[in-house]
Formats: sequence, structure tokens, C-alpha cells
Amino acid sequence: MKKGINTDIAVTYTVTGRKQTFVAVLGVLLGMSVYIFMNSMNNGFDRSANAAFFKSTPHIRLYKDDVLSEPLNKDTTTTTIIINPKIVPSSKKMNDPASIIAQLRADKEVALVLPQVSVSGFYSMGESQISGRIIGLKPEAGDSMFDISSFMVQGQFTDLSKSANGVVIGSGIAAKFNVESGDRISFLSSKGVTESLEIVGIFETSNAAEDKSKAYVNLSKAQQLMRESSSYVSDININLADYKRATLKASEITKIVGYKAEGWEEAYSSYVAGSRMRTIVITFVSLTLLLVSGFGIYNILNMTVSQKINDIAILKAMGFNGADVIRIFVTQAMIVGILGVTGGVLLALVVVNLMKHVYIGGDIGYFPIQFELYEFAKGITIGLFITFLAGYIPARKAAKVDPVTIFRK
Amino acid sequence: MTHILQTKDIRKKFYNPTEFEVLKGISIDVNKGEFLTLIGKSGSGKSTLLYVLSTMDTDYTGKMIIDGEDLKGYDQDKLAKIRNEKIGFVFQFHYLLTEFTCLKNVMIPAQRLGKYSEEEIEFRSMEKLKMLGLEDQALKPASKLSGGQQQRVAIARALINDPLIIMGDEPTGNLDSKNSQIVFDILQELAHHQHQTIIAVTHDLDFAKASDRTIEMMDGLILPS
Ligand SMILES: Nc1ncnc2c1ncn2[C@@H]1O[C@H](COP(=O)(O)OP(=O)(O)O)[C@@H](O)[C@H]1O
Ligand SMILES: [Mg+2]
Repeated sequence: MKKGINTDIAVTYTVTGRKQTFVAVLGVLLGMSVYIFMNSMNNGFDRSANAAFFKSTPHIRLYKDDVLSEPLNKDTTTTTIIINPKIVPSSKKMNDPASIIAQLRADKEVALVLPQVSVSGFYSMGESQISGRIIGLKPEAGDSMFDISSFMVQGQFTDLSKSANGVVIGSGIAAKFNVESGDRISFLSSKGVTESLEIVGIFETSNAAEDKSKAYVNLSKAQQLMRESSSYVSDININLADYKRATLKASEITKIVGYKAEGWEEAYSSYVAGSRMRTIVITFVSLTLLLVSGFGIYNILNMTVSQKINDIAILKAMGFNGADVIRIFVTQAMIVGILGVTGGVLLALVVVNLMKHVYIGGDIGYFPIQFELYEFAKGITIGLFITFLAGYIPARKAAKVDPVTIFRK
Repeated sequence: MTHILQTKDIRKKFYNPTEFEVLKGISIDVNKGEFLTLIGKSGSGKSTLLYVLSTMDTDYTGKMIIDGEDLKGYDQDKLAKIRNEKIGFVFQFHYLLTEFTCLKNVMIPAQRLGKYSEEEIEFRSMEKLKMLGLEDQALKPASKLSGGQQQRVAIARALINDPLIIMGDEPTGNLDSKNSQIVFDILQELAHHQHQTIIAVTHDLDFAKASDRTIEMMDGLILPS
């Protein structure tokens, strides 16, 4: 009953001040929809950028880091023996990679394990040479981790497994040598091995530098180029079920297997920093917008409180207490806030749905946005909280009105 | 006779612009069902005293008992409850809530009290408006009524919770003689037939003379009668 009359009064004030109410609702509506839209968009960007990113980068890369030779005498207080630390020659070689791989595959968090051999050297055709890097891997496993098939402009990536001498080269290399599927090119490895390879396909990524230097061969071919046995592996690529766990999992793996495991966040910190920056800017801008729409509510409430100061005094004279007065004005703010938030959510739904169908082209395809329940929920919560504050501050002022002072005027 | 309101040595000071004692020890006993008027020169402290009696002003020293309750140490919420249940207030400037209908203005204190159902409150409010001859104005916005009519709505509102005491600060101060007479008759009827206590500040000596008892104030003190 008591609550009823406070709500009644709040509704009356909201309705009689309908012009101001409308403007304030509109403010919240716009702030709300832009907030939700921008944050959903940021999530979409992150998702699409990550999807592209993980097509060339594993969540975790496991390799043997270079080790410097140790000084013979570590005691620096006695006679110094002249030393010249160098990279230990055998350092690139992992011991017993098969058992490490088996161990990783047994881990529940690990989704994919892809051992590879990476060989640097020169592609050559006649007199011309291009420096580059060949990756040796099992084609099917490589395809399921990096979706290399989606980059193919000629041939089938998995055809590589049918041809022991086959190679899939980047489009930049193909252009420079003016070759296509079926042609042959040579590769001279850093270990001095030359192999003549048959092109089974050409890929083209969004990264031109890779396209000009990278090629894929079968694992065994790469091992030959390195003059190594069939157990040799230079890196093990690992994908997890949840890529966000990469950094933690990497340090765990390092501890267990003793080789360097590097999470993508560590390996590409500038990529991570970039996406973090974007998130910070978008969060900041969208929160500011929402806050500004809160000022709209604050403003209308402040105005109502000063216009209705006589009413407040009368209500208090009739026995309404401070809490009642606060309830009246917070209710008024909440009416505006709920109308605005509801409208904002609806508008955001419409805009997200429209943008989802806008074709951007390139790697991105459709505008990377979708309905993000979390962002909607976050927006609604923050919006209502700001509304409450924007109502509560003027309401508290109203509650402190001294009726006697008003009646004396 | 039981005392519905008693004060003992009520003192109050203003500090703005200079220290000034506006009430210098007011002790009064008001009987149940009494029609009491307060007169005195302008500035003698009548309104100030009435605001203290109404429990709206708490910045005073001295003792005050309403309906057997000593108000010492009561917080604002408790005092608001007392005002809601036991005191009806009528101002000089018929303060109504202008955005509501007359009926709603009368209903509001009852809705705050929450003793009756919505239908009962509406019915009772209509009864009060009828009693004051305003039934055909009930659904008009308060701002559309004449001054005399507004003041009667304010009285209906003051009566809605059947208060023990009805206080008025120059309730007829803004009305012509015909409307003043109407308001006076209503107040007298309430005191003598409904046994509600009336405390009214007035500068109308005829009005005062016709009441049960008149207290005259001067410079913050009650003059001996
Ligand atoms: N808020 C205030 N601050 C300072 N002085 C006040 C205030 N309110 C009233 N006064 C002074 O107190 C005295 C009594 O005022 P009031 O009670 O309104 O007198 P009355 O109603 O008898 O005309 C006057 O001199 C008035 O100027
Ligand atoms: Mg006065």
C-alpha cells in the first residue's frame, strides 16, 4: 500500500514531465545501444582476428631453446679463464620427441599436437634464388591445426601426403619463379642438402611475407633436408581446447618436459597488446557514453526535485518520511532507465542483426558481430546501476528537504 | 479533561542573521476536542510555535507530549508517522499537489497510512469532499480550483486520516469573508461534534473570539489572559 502511493506519485511526475522524460529515455536508449553494439563488435573483432591469427600460430609452441656453453670455471673470484660462450651446436635437437608427443596427447586440455621440422635455406630455379623456410609436417595434422586448405589457390593441400617429393609453396614464391602445380623447384637446406621438389599446390595467406618465403613438405622430407633421423622434430605445435589457457599451460608443459613451451600471448605480445588496447579504448568510450546518458537522468531528476520542492515539503508534512521521498524519485529514475535500457537493447538487437549481414569482403567476410548474451547482460546491469545512481543522488537531496524552511518562504 | 497536547518550557533560537530567541519558554495544555486559536502581532512567533507543535521543526528545547507520547528523542521517521496518523495540517497558502486531482490529493495521506483498502480510501475521500461541498470538483486537477475551494480540499486532506489534532497556520488568511466563514464553521463542527482538536493561528479577531480559547503571543511569550 505504502509502496503503491510512492510509485503512483513517481509515475505522475514521469508522465506530467513527458517531454523531459522522453529526452532522458532517448539518451539512455542511445547510450545503451551504442554500448552493447560497440562491445559486441569488439568481441566479434577479437574472435575473427583470433581465428585468423591461429591459422598461422599454434596456441603453444614447444621447442628446444638455444643454450650457451658454460664457462669451464664458474668461480669468478679465482683466476679467470678466458672463455667465449657460444651456442651449443647440438642444442636444437629434442631428446625423444615421440614420448613427449605421447605425453601431450594424453593431456585432456590439449586438443591437437603437431610435430614439425622447420628448415631454412634457399629455393632455387636456374640462376635465381630465394631465401626461405620449409616446414615439414604430416599434411592432415597440419591442415586440422592451421586449416591450410582454406588458403589454397592451386591444388589440394592434403595431396602432399601422396607425394613424398611434393611441396606446397607460397604464392609469392610461385610468382617469382613463374611456376605452377606440376613444376619442380630445388631447395638447398642450411645443412647443405639439395632436394628437387615437385609442386603439388600453391597457398596464399593474408601475410605476403610468408607467401614469399614459406613452403610445406612432408615431415620425412624435412628430416632428410636436416640430415636427421625419422625421430627428429624441431618444434611441437600444441593447440588447447581453450586458447586463453595457453600461457598457464605453457609454463606447466615447460616444467614437465624440460623444453621451452611458449604460449601465443608471449610469442606475439604486440598482437595481444593491440587487441588489449582496442578493448580498453572501446570499453572506455562505451562506458563514457553510458555515463553521459546517466547524466540525462540525473538532470531530469534534479530538475524535478527543484520544481517539486513544495510537493516534497507537503508530502513530508503529511507524514512521508525520507525513505518514501527517496523511493519516489528513484522510482522515477528507474522508469526512465528501464524504458531507455529496454529500448536500447531492442535497438542493439536490430543493429547487430543488420550488421551481421553486411558483407565486408577479404579474410573477414561478413561483419564480425553476433548476439553476445554476456555483453547485453553487462550493458543492462551497468545501465540500471548508473540509472539508480543518477536517481539516488538527487533523491537523497530531496529527502533532506526541510518542510519548515519551504513553508516559511 | 485529558490533554491531547502538552508543552513545557519550549524554547527556540535562530542564529541567522544574529542570535535571537524566538520562543522564550512556551508551556501550554490543549484539551481534547478544543478549538484553540493563537493570535499575536506579526513576528511574535506564532508560526514558529505551530511548526514545533506539528513535529516538523525539531530544533527546540523543552518538553512536548502528544496523545500521551513524549516526543523526546524521536527520530524523523517516528515523527513522520505521528504526523501521518495523528496530525492534519492546513496552510495559509492552500498547498495542494498541483499535478494531481482533488480526490487524489485527499487520498494521498491515507494511502501513505495504508490502513484502508484502495476502494475504501477513495470512498472516504469522496465523503470528506462531499462534507466540504466539493463532490463535483473531485476529479478536476487541484490547480483548476478557486482559492476557497483549494483551501477546502486542503482541509479534506487534513481530515482524511481522522487526526487527533488539526493545525492551521492562518487557514483563512487568504480567503474572503464568505469563504472564511465556511472554513470556520467546518473547523468548529469538527471540534464540537467530531471531538477533533483544532489549533489555528489567525489574525482575524472575530475568528478568534468565536473559538473556545484564544492564546495571545508577544515576542516569543504567551501573554497571561
Ligand atoms: N528561519 C528564520 N531565521 C531567522 N529568523 C526567523 C526565521 N523564521 C522566522 N524568523 C523570525 O522569527 C520571528 C517569528 O517569526 P514567525 O514565527 O513567523 O512569526 P509570526 O508567525 O508570529 O508572524 C520573526 O521575527 C521572524 O523574522
Ligand atoms: Mg506567521
